[in-house]
Amino acid sequence: MSTINRSVPKVDAKDKISGKMLYVSDLHIDGMYYAKTVRSTISKGFIKSITLPELPEEVTVVDYRDIPGKNNVKMIFEDWPVFAEKAISHYGEPIMLVVGPNKAIVQDVVNEIDIQYTLAEPVFDMVNSVVDYHFTKGNPESAFKNAKRTIKYTYETGYQEQAYIEPQGFIGTIEGNKVHLTGSIQAPYYVKNAVVETLACDPSDVRIVQANVGGAFGGKEEFPSLIGCQLAVALKKVKKPIKLIYEREEDMEVTTKRHPAKITMEAAIDENHHISAIKAHVGIDGGAFTGLSSVVLSRAMIAATSAYTIAHLQVDGDVYLTNTVPNGAFRGFGAPQMIFAVEMFMNHIAKDLSKDLHAYRLNHLAKQHDLTTTSGTFRDPILMPQMIEKACEMSDYHHKKTLYERPGSYKGIGMSWFLHGCGFTGSGEAEHIKAKVKLRKDEQDNVHLMIAAVDMGQGAKTTLMKVAAEVLKRPLETIHFDNPDTDQVPDSGPTVASRTAMVVGGLVARAAKQIKDNWVDGKVQTVHESYKQPEYMSWDQATFTGDAYPAYSWGVNVVEVEVDKASYEVTVKNIWSVYDVGKSLDDNIVLGQADGGTAQGVAYGYLEVMRHKDGKIVNKNMTDYVIPTAVDMAKTETVLFDNPFALGPYGAKGAGELTLVGGAPAVATAIEMAINKRIYKIPATPEYLMELIHSDNN
Amino acid sequence: MTTIKFTFNGKAIELTTDPSRRFLDVLRNDLRHTGPKEGCGEGECGACAVLINGHIVNSCILPLANVHQQEVMTIEAFSKTKRYAIIEEAFIHEGSVQCGICIPGMIIATESLLNKNPDPTESEIRIGLSGNLCRCTGYNMIVKAVQRAKERGRGLW
Ligand code: FES
Ligand code: FES
Repeated sequence: MSTINRSVPKVDAKDKISGKMLYVSDLHIDGMYYAKTVRSTISKGFIKSITLPELPEEVTVVDYRDIPGKNNVKMIFEDWPVFAEKAISHYGEPIMLVVGPNKAIVQDVVNEIDIQYTLAEPVFDMVNSVVDYHFTKGNPESAFKNAKRTIKYTYETGYQEQAYIEPQGFIGTIEGNKVHLTGSIQAPYYVKNAVVETLACDPSDVRIVQANVGGAFGGKEEFPSLIGCQLAVALKKVKKPIKLIYEREEDMEVTTKRHPAKITMEAAIDENHHISAIKAHVGIDGGAFTGLSSVVLSRAMIAATSAYTIAHLQVDGDVYLTNTVPNGAFRGFGAPQMIFAVEMFMNHIAKDLSKDLHAYRLNHLAKQHDLTTTSGTFRDPILMPQMIEKACEMSDYHHKKTLYERPGSYKGIGMSWFLHGCGFTGSGEAEHIKAKVKLRKDEQDNVHLMIAAVDMGQGAKTTLMKVAAEVLKRPLETIHFDNPDTDQVPDSGPTVASRTAMVVGGLVARAAKQIKDNWVDGKVQTVHESYKQPEYMSWDQATFTGDAYPAYSWGVNVVEVEVDKASYEVTVKNIWSVYDVGKSLDDNIVLGQADGGTAQGVAYGYLEVMRHKDGKIVNKNMTDYVIPTAVDMAKTETVLFDNPFALGPYGAKGAGELTLVGGAPAVATAIEMAINKRIYKIPATPEYLMELIHSDNN
Repeated sequence: MTTIKFTFNGKAIELTTDPSRRFLDVLRNDLRHTGPKEGCGEGECGACAVLINGHIVNSCILPLANVHQQEVMTIEAFSKTKRYAIIEEAFIHEGSVQCGICIPGMIIATESLLNKNPDPTESEIRIGLSGNLCRCTGYNMIVKAVQRAKERGRGLW
């Protein structure tokens, strides 16, 4: 078996530790200008008038009238303007940029611009559906007809903010017709394609380069396309280098967040107390524009029974638009909401039926060859029974459970079981992305990975370089991987959906094999590879039928908590995790993903609170939006199970998102045990716990 | 305009400018030292941390006037020291670095902590790092790195 999992020093660690690594806000171009965004101060209505102050010399405003092409940020639907024209759909919607050589003067101009509006009635409830999907498996109707009883609950989840420590930003230059943007981004080609459409220009006139990224977590998947388009329009008009960096509050108020969701689950219970069918409705709040919400919804719906197999299913889902900040990609992409609902529902059903929680869930666990929610097949071995046993042993789960279930303990131990579909949902990879990679060997026999993959901290550089080195049997020092530049590298797709190690890594391995097989010392050699869908996969997007993913990663989280009797504050004492990511390509990197992902997932369940008031984000800075500190974060212990996936490089599957999706239900079930009440929504804040503890019908 | 005099990374310097300016802006824009990062601009995240007389201070909420007659050290100069070499090795060994944006601040926090307490317990380490936010790592590998640094660097602090 390959020993690729042995950790090596990360290739970029030294520069990051010493502070030498430059991020976009560290870049400086002599004579550069600064841009600031002018934003709406209402949630819905129309612009009546805009009055500009007298503009100081060299200060320019840029708005929708300066857009040469389409006033649309290219995504899936055409509903997200680059700059608002008349209609305003959410608080903080961009209306124009002010650009000038002096930052303070630019800010003064922004403050003096007077915009008058005609107000309209904003919508904040999930009532206006713009996307609705449905699918069934088996025959849910007849299962419900024959049910001995049915059980139904509704679960709700709140916003979550990516809270990358480096805010969004770009720096741009223009030479002749050519626009060159360097930014903190996850998807260089998303930005490129969007800018080409907005400028209505030749693709060769747009060059996008990834700056070193100070954290992303999905937050820099689609949102940077908006900033990139705005800056490109400004560059065309101003013809000077321009820097546009968000400040923390701006970033938190206006960038995409995890979709709040409302999920209703109904189960048909047969004469053996088994769940014979589930009907689920998944509603997600898309905010003001559709963006990627339809894809987030699909992933949520497809996770409708998570790690369990249920024979008959009816799953319906809607994306609702509201007059709030647009929601979008965030590590897990719809799965964290759904898996929270599924895990709580399984527990609540077992309680209603007075069944042993653990045994009841084990009885429903998915097995190899079972049909997935979309009637595809779990083709690969599923190690969950052993993984669950391992997690129980590490955490002393059963013993602690007996202790903590005694009334008044205010201690709890909770567990979640889950899967995550690796890579894009359905035909996304084969039909939309069509990833390409290029490897180039130079005269010194160094091999360069020419790919669009982004290292945003998850270790993509080290991981993919290791894959190439291992295939080539060459030292890591002879492999090179620069930040992607769309003028240099082909489109290997965005760095999202836990696809980089598995899909791009697989292509890199194949390309490296080609070089190895044709190796000539001292000769320049270039090879290309492109994605081929595994032959066994078939997917029908219209009916949501078939294999939604080429492979699944699996996980178990156990969380131990203590709840303060007086303040209802939750302290997380310990976290244990067991993951099957196929094959780890570097243990330290995967364990680092595990720690960070689990921290985000657990905090999503009890700590991270973001609300809006009349469409305006209330928790808009790091003081009001609390993420875990070193003190909040419990010690973690993680074990990886080897379960190589035939088509992943050395057996690797997805890892990044898996580690987040189970955190919330693990902490929520632990809190349920501690307070002996049922939790239906997250974050489980002290206020919510107090409400539960003082309510009699829970 | 006032003239502010301080020791900057071992050298005596004088700056004549508005003394109410944020020290972080002076560092990054006037002195072109970009090791200190801006994560929040409100004293919450520690990405902008520098050492003033050996103690960690968030430079984003520090007016320039406050460094008058003080000794300022940023990661740029600290990274030339023996103690840094120990901390660097530990962070690499433990795999503590992900996106890296918080890391210069974490290094400053580690130095400041070990300066005060060369043999901190795990919980003292966590408290010592609690002014520095990291969204990537979940902190455990950073805590382990500090533990390793204190062991391997015995006698240096
Ligand atoms: S930038 Fe100074 S504390 Fe965050
Ligand atoms: S390594 Fe990314 S914020 Fe700490």
